[in-house]
Amino acid sequence: MAQEAQLNTLKNAPPAPAVAAAVTFDVRQLNVWFGANHVLHNVSLAIPTKAVTAVIGPSGCGKSTFLRSLNRMHELVPTARVEGRITLFGRDLYGRDVDASLVRRRVGMVFQKSNPFPTMSVAENVTVGLRLNGMRNKGLLAERMERSLQMAALWDEVKDRLDANALSLSGGQQQRLCIARALAIEPEVLLMDEPASALDPLATAKIEELILQLKNDYTIVIVTHNMQQAARISSETAFFYLGELIEHGQTNRIFTNPRQKQTEDYVTGRFG
Amino acid sequence: MNPWYNRWRKIKSSCVSGLCLICALVVIAPLALVLFHLLQKGASSLDWSFFTQLPKPSGDPGGGMANAIVGSATLLGLAGLIGIPIGVLGGIYLSEFGSPRMNWAIRFAADILSGTPSIVWGIVVYALVVLPITGYSAYAAGLALGFMMIPLVIRTTEEMLVLVPNIYREAAFALGIPHWRIVLSIVLKTAGRGIVTGILLAAARVAGETAPLLFTALGNNSWSHRLSEPIAALPLQIFTYSNSPYDDWLRQAWAGALVLILFVLALNIAVRVMTRSRTPHLTR
Amino acid sequence: MTMRHFDEELAKFKETLLTMGSYAESSVGQAVQAVTDRDDKLAEKVQQDDDITDRLEIEIDDMAIHLLAKAPLASDLRLITVAMKISQNLERIGDEATTIARRALELNSEPQLKSYIDIPRMVTITLGMLKESLDAFVNKDPEKARAIIPRDKEVDALNRQVYHDLCLFMLEDPANITRCLNLMTVSKCLERVGDHATNIAEEVVYLCEARDIRHEANKALP
Repeated sequence: MAQEAQLNTLKNAPPAPAVAAAVTFDVRQLNVWFGANHVLHNVSLAIPTKAVTAVIGPSGCGKSTFLRSLNRMHELVPTARVEGRITLFGRDLYGRDVDASLVRRRVGMVFQKSNPFPTMSVAENVTVGLRLNGMRNKGLLAERMERSLQMAALWDEVKDRLDANALSLSGGQQQRLCIARALAIEPEVLLMDEPASALDPLATAKIEELILQLKNDYTIVIVTHNMQQAARISSETAFFYLGELIEHGQTNRIFTNPRQKQTEDYVTGRFG
Repeated sequence: MNPWYNRWRKIKSSCVSGLCLICALVVIAPLALVLFHLLQKGASSLDWSFFTQLPKPSGDPGGGMANAIVGSATLLGLAGLIGIPIGVLGGIYLSEFGSPRMNWAIRFAADILSGTPSIVWGIVVYALVVLPITGYSAYAAGLALGFMMIPLVIRTTEEMLVLVPNIYREAAFALGIPHWRIVLSIVLKTAGRGIVTGILLAAARVAGETAPLLFTALGNNSWSHRLSEPIAALPLQIFTYSNSPYDDWLRQAWAGALVLILFVLALNIAVRVMTRSRTPHLTR
Repeated sequence: MTMRHFDEELAKFKETLLTMGSYAESSVGQAVQAVTDRDDKLAEKVQQDDDITDRLEIEIDDMAIHLLAKAPLASDLRLITVAMKISQNLERIGDEATTIARRALELNSEPQLKSYIDIPRMVTITLGMLKESLDAFVNKDPEKARAIIPRDKEVDALNRQVYHDLCLFMLEDPANITRCLNLMTVSKCLERVGDHATNIAEEVVYLCEARDIRHEANKALP
């Protein structure tokens, strides 16, 4: 009950001035350490609302760490330390009184390798976030489940086997199931860590189509290795290298005329 | 390549394969021998009276081991009551919580304890529980057997929980589910089958222990009406009968041993059946 | 570490374009020489050589599609799209040269008109523009490219002057009419060559700066 109240205060917080509504995350001077390893250096950028922002960069540049710092998932590593400020719709994400679990209900995440829970059916997987956070109403659960599966463009394919084990779906379907699972708890943001990298081109195309539809209702941040994918689906792109944000701007510009030489070299494949 | 060298390689390979086959047979042979011997000596004595009647006074023919069988079951139940909760919770702590230092200490202790001779458990429980508190009783025997189960269950529980891929925990965290809920409803559920098999294996181990029972259960020639009384158990009864001069008792001892080994065999087969992979995510 | 194979392919691509450029340059020069030197053989050679530029345009477009299928980005992408446009302009320049060569054959069947007025000057300027635009492409020099663009006005002015002068000739003596009309065509062709060279310069600016300066009233830097 107290959790519900806290969640509601976070959701009903009075919106900051009009600028904040256009910006979902305002990241200022973010530094992240894992033990003695300084992984992100002074990263500052603003993530726009209801748009797709792509994060690109070579392996080990810190883009996954950056993504995880947006929903405090990096805290699962015990030696993680953060300095700097990230606000979500104007409210400090790392405030003293802010519970990480509540943050993660507003900021959902989809992972590189699809991970539907193996002991649960398709239907159970979609509603697990709601059930384990306290929702009991069967009617409401069923309604949310159908709505999430519709939003994930999976309903038609699984509506006849909702009780089948989740692992009986194909790889692409499993990933859409994970997206439906994340959408079921009605977050405002969807973070995606290379969601299509383990999928074949057909399944990848479906996921990209899905993202283009979802962006009308959700802010999406996607880490990707595939530059053409970033060019296809994102409106803004951020390029990371060795833990620093090298360049950030309109996707069109970054991929036709980047300002920084490192960006140019990475984008044309001359390194990384 | 030199054709002679190839032939030599093939010969060497067959020799080593042959050696491995012989070793495998050497391992299986004792089990086969034991089973065969027990079946030969004890199968004929397995009749209805064996399972339903109480032991008759020394020398009198007939009677059975009904109380010993029920007693063993009771002791297993008591042992489980202690061993399972503590073992499983301990395994959960080691896998999901705890610091590296603490975990190392716990694992170290568990390993030492699981290597402790069973008679030592018997003596310790005798000194700490039987003498001052309960006297020879089912409680004491259950306690001893339970203590023996704990290190086994802790280790297998931890191993099965660690086998649950981290991606499921991450997915659950990303949904904003509290940690304890994740452990209970997702991690434990996923590793469930493995944990149960670990428990069954520990039970199979503990069911046949005789030494601790000598100091705690003492044995009983008739039904125990209270758990604070001495209680009969199959291994104890076999021990007593086999040291006796009476033919009838010797015959029954063989039967008892056969029942015991069949029970252990049944548990192990159950474990094998359970671990057949219907879901590919956990194989052992 | 560079992408050796793709860089090699790009180098080959650029080389083919520059080959086409040099053919276009020489075609225009030779065509005008066929007029001023009254050389029929040269005129015929220019007409035959148009095949070469046509073939090169197809080859370049083909290479471009293959390179684009590798999904290049940023400067690589701009290079390929710009090269396709430049090859189109070079092909048209080749066509203009062919037209001039045909007019040369016609002119050479009649006695020479007393002067070619400003036409030699037009040739010098337009060939200079073409050469420099191709140099700017090779050296990735946007300043050089920008400098070419205003000179097109000069060429246009010269063209108008030629028209004016030729009209006077025609009024003087009707026997001059066919020769004057042919020279007007030659002048028009050279004016168009200037336009194409200007287009090439604009594409070079886009390649270097990713700024599209076509159709802008003020073509200088802001």
